Formats: sequence, structure tokens, C-alpha cells
Amino acid sequence: MRFSRLAALTGVLLLAACGGEYPQSSIAPATDFAHRIQDLYFQIFLWTMGILAVVWIVLTYILVRFREKPDSPEPEQIHGHLGLEIAWTIVPALIVVAIAVPTIQTTFDTQTPDPDAMVVDVIGHQFWWEFRYPELGDERTANELRLPVDRPVALRIWSDDVLHSFWVPQLGGKRDAYPLRAVPEGDDTKYNWIFMTPQEVGTFMGQCAEFCGQSHAIMGMRVVVESQEDFDAWVADWNRGHGEMVETADVGSSSVDPMLEDELEGATPIAEIAALQEAQDTREDPTDLAGATRVDDPQDALVEEGRQLFQSGLGGCIACHAIEGTGAAGVLGPNLTLLGRRSTIAAGWLENTQENLVRWIKAPQEIKPGVLMPGVDVAGGNWPATGLTEDQVRAVAAYLLSLR
Amino acid sequence: MSETTLAPDTAPESTPSHDVHGGHEEPTGLWSWITTVDHKRIGIMYFLTSLVFLAIGGIEALIIRVQLFAPEQAVVSAETYNQLFTMHGTTMIFLVAMPMAVAFFNYIVPLQIGARDVAFPRLNALSYWIYLFGGIYLNASWLFGAAPNNSWVGYAPLTSTQYNPGLNADFWVLGLSILGVSSIMGGVNFITTIIQLRAPGMKLMRMPIFTWMTFVTSFLLVTALPVIAVALILLAFDRFYATTFFVAASGGDPVLWQHLFWIFGHPEVYILVLPAFGVISDVIPTFSRKPLFGYPVVVYAGVLIGFIGWGVWSHHMFTSGLGPIADSFFVATTMIIAIPTGVKIFNWMATMWGGKIRFNTAMNFAIGLVALFTVGGLSGIMHASAPVDLQQHDSYFVVAHFHYVIVGGILLGMFSGVYYWFPKVTGRFMDEKLGAWHFWTTLVGFNLTFFPMHFSGMYGQPRRTWTYSETLNVELFNQLSTYGGFILGVSTLIFVWNLYKGAKSGERAGSNPWGAPSLEWSIPSPPHHYNFPALPTVQSREPMWHEAERKSIEVVTLAHPEREPEMPNPSFWPILLAAGVTATWALVMTGIWWVPLIGLAYTAFCTYMWAFEDPFAKKGAVGEVSHG
Repeated sequence: MRFSRLAALTGVLLLAACGGEYPQSSIAPATDFAHRIQDLYFQIFLWTMGILAVVWIVLTYILVRFREKPDSPEPEQIHGHLGLEIAWTIVPALIVVAIAVPTIQTTFDTQTPDPDAMVVDVIGHQFWWEFRYPELGDERTANELRLPVDRPVALRIWSDDVLHSFWVPQLGGKRDAYPLRAVPEGDDTKYNWIFMTPQEVGTFMGQCAEFCGQSHAIMGMRVVVESQEDFDAWVADWNRGHGEMVETADVGSSSVDPMLEDELEGATPIAEIAALQEAQDTREDPTDLAGATRVDDPQDALVEEGRQLFQSGLGGCIACHAIEGTGAAGVLGPNLTLLGRRSTIAAGWLENTQENLVRWIKAPQEIKPGVLMPGVDVAGGNWPATGLTEDQVRAVAAYLLSLR
Repeated sequence: MSETTLAPDTAPESTPSHDVHGGHEEPTGLWSWITTVDHKRIGIMYFLTSLVFLAIGGIEALIIRVQLFAPEQAVVSAETYNQLFTMHGTTMIFLVAMPMAVAFFNYIVPLQIGARDVAFPRLNALSYWIYLFGGIYLNASWLFGAAPNNSWVGYAPLTSTQYNPGLNADFWVLGLSILGVSSIMGGVNFITTIIQLRAPGMKLMRMPIFTWMTFVTSFLLVTALPVIAVALILLAFDRFYATTFFVAASGGDPVLWQHLFWIFGHPEVYILVLPAFGVISDVIPTFSRKPLFGYPVVVYAGVLIGFIGWGVWSHHMFTSGLGPIADSFFVATTMIIAIPTGVKIFNWMATMWGGKIRFNTAMNFAIGLVALFTVGGLSGIMHASAPVDLQQHDSYFVVAHFHYVIVGGILLGMFSGVYYWFPKVTGRFMDEKLGAWHFWTTLVGFNLTFFPMHFSGMYGQPRRTWTYSETLNVELFNQLSTYGGFILGVSTLIFVWNLYKGAKSGERAGSNPWGAPSLEWSIPSPPHHYNFPALPTVQSREPMWHEAERKSIEVVTLAHPEREPEMPNPSFWPILLAAGVTATWALVMTGIWWVPLIGLAYTAFCTYMWAFEDPFAKKGAVGEVSHG
């Protein structure tokens, strides 16, 4: 390929690298960290392309100029040349220094903690991402991380199980997530960190980048960088939670029937769910809602039905999931507070729509083999199949989408 | 140095090719191959076996490429895919690249130094049989539906019984342990051979570079393989006997696995590449009609790479959070090792400069290595910069890098060596037309497969992923890679066909069909069972390029002795012992601590019988008697 065409093609490809066309591009930086890496990469790219050009041009010349021809004489039997050896040792060494110095500078600069940074916990699970804001109100969310623009952030990264790696290319390089080691009393646990200040508002795409098992490929995420006001509003909404829903009669502020609570004390998860299901089936008249607000809109009715199903424990959702402001406080699976605002579900894999939520709740194993969440017919991890009907799944999905 | 008159370009073949080896016929038949201790036969067995595993690893790769042709496909399940890429990597590294190099060590090194065989012929056979049985054991896992699925690096804690309860990781741990034994023995054998069995006048600094690189590689084998053996033993104990070396919750450390693995793993890649460097260091001078430029520098660069290679391992761990000081140390060492590597490239180019270059298939592949390894080396320089590597690590960019150095570098070097030494091994040439097809389809297929991966990696496609989201927009690059993969498959078929055709009906070749400079070209093609009737005396680095020296050597090497030299008898203890070693490790799988001891007892028995077997016993001894 002629050099000018090659240069043009490279240019086009680099230009096309803007995040829009390649949302997981590693050459479309949107943070200071990513910009530092990009600057270094570009320098090294130029050096290496220069070396490649020299080697290939000289090699091509050699192959043309010194090919054997019928009349070419026997070549001079040269065994070496000390001067050349020294020269082509020293020149590469100098280039290496030219690359190593900014590399080491960048290495130290990007691993220096910023005391003003807001710490955000990033916890890898098989196969989803958990995020926590310990310095705010210990808000917890999953698979979609929200950050305020222009504010330094320190991602504190670890894993709940196997190795994972947090990689959102536009925000910078990746860091591995390790399970926390048992350390002696008083010793510090070692975390991995990413220090960065997001500089652009937008939604950025990322993915787990350390092979972590069956569905490693389906462990993506989104990072939403927004204005400080929008971020604060999200935090406030999270803390408000979803407790103020349409009132229903016999379920007070707690989602679990208080008459059942004693019975459920100490029951195994399976027994607990069976008991809840039985209670559900034997309730006299589910529409007998003395004192409740009348529900006229069918969509609202669907959402309300889903809420009741979810919060009653039917299907076992609350064993693993939490929704702030309600009685659902499970910690084994993703926190579903404000789920309706997320652009994706199943760890960045599916668009967050009614249809996809239904698909996911019905059969998560078909979308993410090895996932620990049960489906309606298939057990998952230690949990039995949920046994929800088609209508019940639709209702729960509508409820979750309503969590805005 | 004595006067340098180059042997004429079309050197008259000093001896007509021949099939009959004067005196006794070499025994044929399966039993003679099973009991052989002849380095040449063992070399052929290594080579043919590595070709079979190349086909298996290649098919695994093609299934991967079909699955990745389009986003969000499910041509195979996620579990199957994870097994496929694990086995592809493990097979290609341990069952193809390493054994193919050993095939060359075996056949060529004794001939290049003027020896009749390696220092320990039975140990040599043992290494081969352990390789074969270990490879079969590892691939038997497919029959159990439990092929290893933890990637070729097997990071903890994914390999623990908690997260990987099935047989998959057991096969991996035990299979690699078996194979490691073979490699360590081979290293010992070649170090001893090269130190002890050189012909008179064959000083170290007169040895061909291929033998020099074998020498360095053998030291790496002997020192690096034990490291992974230790790591695998610790992991085996975690899996079978409930220790917690790599279990974080019990105070163990997954990072420990990474350190142990990569302290092995980086020297391992030099184990892979130095033999290929050695091959082209012999091929390029031959077809440039000039001696290797800077011979001592090329030797020292190889030795230096061997040493510095021990100090770079954590460049595989830049994302692990070792801290900026450790990161910077490994940045420095990794960039430093690029210097002797570049020096070698320049010396090969300087060898060709001013030469009279003949473009046959062997030379084409050698030049291909120079061009393509440079690309892989330069993407390696990018990875060497830790902050940049934080983007590139675990993405397809890295997959591009290592395939450029392993396939563009190592495999092309091996192909060059095959075309170069095929006439010596078989007494016939491979077909040059087919060779041209092989070369060009390899070049096109290889670049089409792996160049686009620089882009898919740069645009965020991680490696070891069963599928990818359509949103990434990397479908085009994946399609190109898939097309390229199939072209590579075709090129390999052409190669195999050329091997077969050449062996059956290739044009006859004499003792020195290329007019090459080194000692292996002084004996008939194929060589006698005993290689050299008497040991020649060598006076220079290019013995066959100095007229007087060549003549004095060929008087010795082309003679037909009245009494053939005595060679060690064949023996069946190597294959029996290899079965014992394999069984001992495989029985660990039962989880019952005393069951492997049965295998160990059998192995001990075989060792005892071997030790007291007289390799030179006459009639009535164990095995066939070769010569009176």
C-alpha cells in the first residue's frame, strides 16, 4: 500500500475514533486520565511507525537491489562492522529512553491519589457490577455508574468472587478487581484504584476485561457523567426511594405481610418463598383494598400488581434484590433502585425496555449463561425457579420500569 | 581465519543421493519407531505429532472465528467457546510451537556440531513419549465434555474448585505438569549434548547460530519450566488437598499465581522465539551467499535476551495494581530487552545487504519473519508503556501483538527451517511452486486475520469473549479476521500436501543442495544412522565455504566405513516409563492420595530396569540389535 494512502487511511480511522461511532473506543478520551494515556500513546505511536517505516523501506531496498541476477558477482564476505553495531545499539537505546521517560512520569502521575477525590466503590461480581457511594449516603446501584462532571473521583475496585477488570475505555485504562484478602486485625486491606476527573458529559460504555467465567462476555456497564445538579438530583431521588407508592390495604409500610413475619423467622429461603406463595394464594380477595387509592389507569394497575408481587416475596426477588425505601433489602444481586432510569439491563447488554425486562426475568440463563439468577422454569445458583406466570412477569417488569 | 573462498553457487553435489545406507538397512516398521533412540527419528516423530496438534489447534481457532464473525451469535455455547480458546492457546504453545522447535533441535543440532546423537538418547525418546501421552491426556478432556476452560494462563481464583468444580481445570493442571517433565528433560539433554559432544575444532564461537539459540533455549527450559511446575503443584494442592495458596478469603493471594505463572511465562516466549531466530540466522546467510553479519553480536544478543527475559514478567500484570515503582521497573526492563532484539533484526538485514539473494521458499519465510516480527515487536513496545497498556491489555490489540510475534515470527521461522532442512532429512526437495503458494497464502491470510485485530482492540473489544455487542461497531474487523483465518487454514493444507509430495516424489537432493556453510551439509542426505563415519575436524565458522577445509571434512564425512560405528540399541523402556509418568499424574485426578503412588511405583520399576539396561548389549539383549 502506498505511503500516502496508508497515511490517509490511518487519518480516517483515527478521526472515526470519536466515541460516537465506536462507543468503547480507547482513543476518544473523556477524562484527564484518558487524555494522559492518549497523549503518551500518540507519542509512542509516532516513534514505532517511524521505526517500522525505516525497517520496511530498507528491507524493500535490500530485496530489490541485492537480488541475485545471472551476472552478479560473488558478494564480498563481510563478517561485521563494529561501528554499525554500536550505532544501531545506541540509537534504539536513545529512542527507548525517549519513550520510557514520559511513560514513567505518566505512570506515577496517574497513580497519585487526589485527597479531594470522591471515593466510589466498584465491586465486580459474576457477572455484574456493583457501585457504592460511601462518602455520600452509601447509595448502591448496579451496572450504571453516575458521576458528576469535572469532579475528581477515586474508584476503589475489588471483587466479590473471581478476578474481573473495570474498563471504560473513554474514561481511561483498566484496573483489575481482586477478591479481598483476609488480613490480620488492624491491617489495611489492599484495593485497586483508578483516579480520574471526567471532563465530558455523556454516557460511556465499558466491559469487564479479565476473563471471569462463562458469561465474561456479557458483563458490560454504562457510566453516566452528568452535571453536578443532575447528579445531586439522582442522589436525592435514590435516597427518597420508592416507598411512596399506591397504597394498598393489608400491606402496611412493610412489603411483607406482618402476619407472616413470625412464621418466616428462621425459615430457609425455599421454605420462606413457599410460605409467601401460599399466603398469596389464600388471600381472600386480592381486590379488597379497604382504604386504598382507586387505581383507574391499566398501566398503573399493572405496575401496582407488579409491586405487590415483587414486595410480597413471590418468586423470591427480595431475597437477592434491594429497592430503597421498600422492604426489599437483598444484597446478593444488583440494587434495583431507580432501575427505570437506567439505559440498559443485564449488565449493559440489553436496552432497558419492558420487552427485554420480561425476557430477562423469564429466562436470564438464556441471555447470560451461568448467571446466578433463577428464571421462571430454571433454578439459578442456590435459588429455585421463580414459577411466575407470564402475566406476573409482565407486571413485575412494569413495576421495575416504573422505578424512576 | 583461513582464506575465504566461497563454495561455488551451484556446488556440485559431492555425493549422489542414496537410499541404501551402505552396510545394514535401517529397520522399518512400527516397533522400530516405538523403540528408537535415534535423534533423527525422534525429531521426525516430534515434527509429525506437532503437525497433528497444529491441525487441532487450528480447527479450534476456526470455530472461534466463525462464532465471532458477527455480533451476538451463538454458533457454540459460551461454555464451549471458553473451552475452545483455552485449548487453542494451550495446544498451540505447548503441543505445537515448543515441540516443533524440539523437532529441529533433535534432528539438526547433533549434525551441526559433528555428533552421532544427543548425550542421552533414551532420555530423548522419553521426552517425546511424555509429550505425546501428555498431549493425548490433555485432549482426552474433550471426550469427557470437560476440556479446560480457564484460559491458557489459568488465573486464580477462577481455577479453584469453588469457581471451577468440574474436571476441566484438573485436566489442565495435570496435563501441563506432565508436559513440563518432557521439556525439562529435553533441556538437560541438549545442554549436555552441546557442551560435551562437539567435534574437534567445533569451538562454541564456531557453532551455527541455530545450535547457539538451542543452547540458550535449553537453559531457559531447565530454569523456567520448574517455576510453572511449582505453580501447578500449588494449584493442584489447592484443588485436590484443600490448601489455600491462592484463596484470598483464607489469606492466600491470587496475585501469587500471576507472579509464578509469568515468571515462567515470559521466559517461555523466548523459549518459543529463539529457535526461530536461530533458524533464520542459518537460512539468511546461505541464500545471501554471505556469512552472518555480526556473528558474535547475534550470539551475545541471544544470550542477553535469555537473561533479561527473566526480568520483565510483570509487564503482563500492569493492570494488577503492583504500584508505580514496580510498574516502572518492568517498563524499563521490557524496553531494554527490545534493544538486543532490534540488533538481531539489523544484523539479519546487514547479512542480506550486499549479498546475492536467492528467493526460494525457505528464504521467503525467513524474510517474512524479519518483516512481520518487527510489527509484533513494535506493538510490544506500545504494551511496554504501562499507562498505554492499561488500555491495550486484555483487548484484541494484545491478541494482534502476540500473533504477530508467534505466527508472523515463530511459525514463519519454523516453515523456513522445514523447507531448508527437508532435503537433508529426506534426500528430496519440497516443491517450489507449492512452496510459493504456501508462502503467499500464509502472508495474505495471516495479515488479513491479525491486522484488523489492532483496530477491534483499540475500539474496545476485549479478548476471551464469547460474543460482542453490535453497539461496539467492530463487526467489519471480525469479519476480515474470519476470512483471513480460513485462508490460513488453506495455506496449512498446501504445506502438508507439499510435505507429503516432497517426501514421496520430490526432486533428489545431494549432501549440500543449497551450497550452505555448516557441518550438517557435509554428510549424505538423508544421513546414515550413525551420522558421521568418523568425526571431522572443524577449523572455522563456515566449514563448507572454505575449499580446503571442506575437502578435508568431506574425505571423512562422505566415506563408507568398513565397520560401521556402534550406536546404542533401541529400547522400549522410554515409552513404558512415559506411560508411567503420565499415569501417575493422571491418577491424581481421583483425589485419593495413595492412588498416584501406584503409578509412581510402576515408574520407579521402569526406571530401575532402564538404569540396568546395557545400551550396547549384543545379541540376546532387550530390543533389536542394530549393528554387530
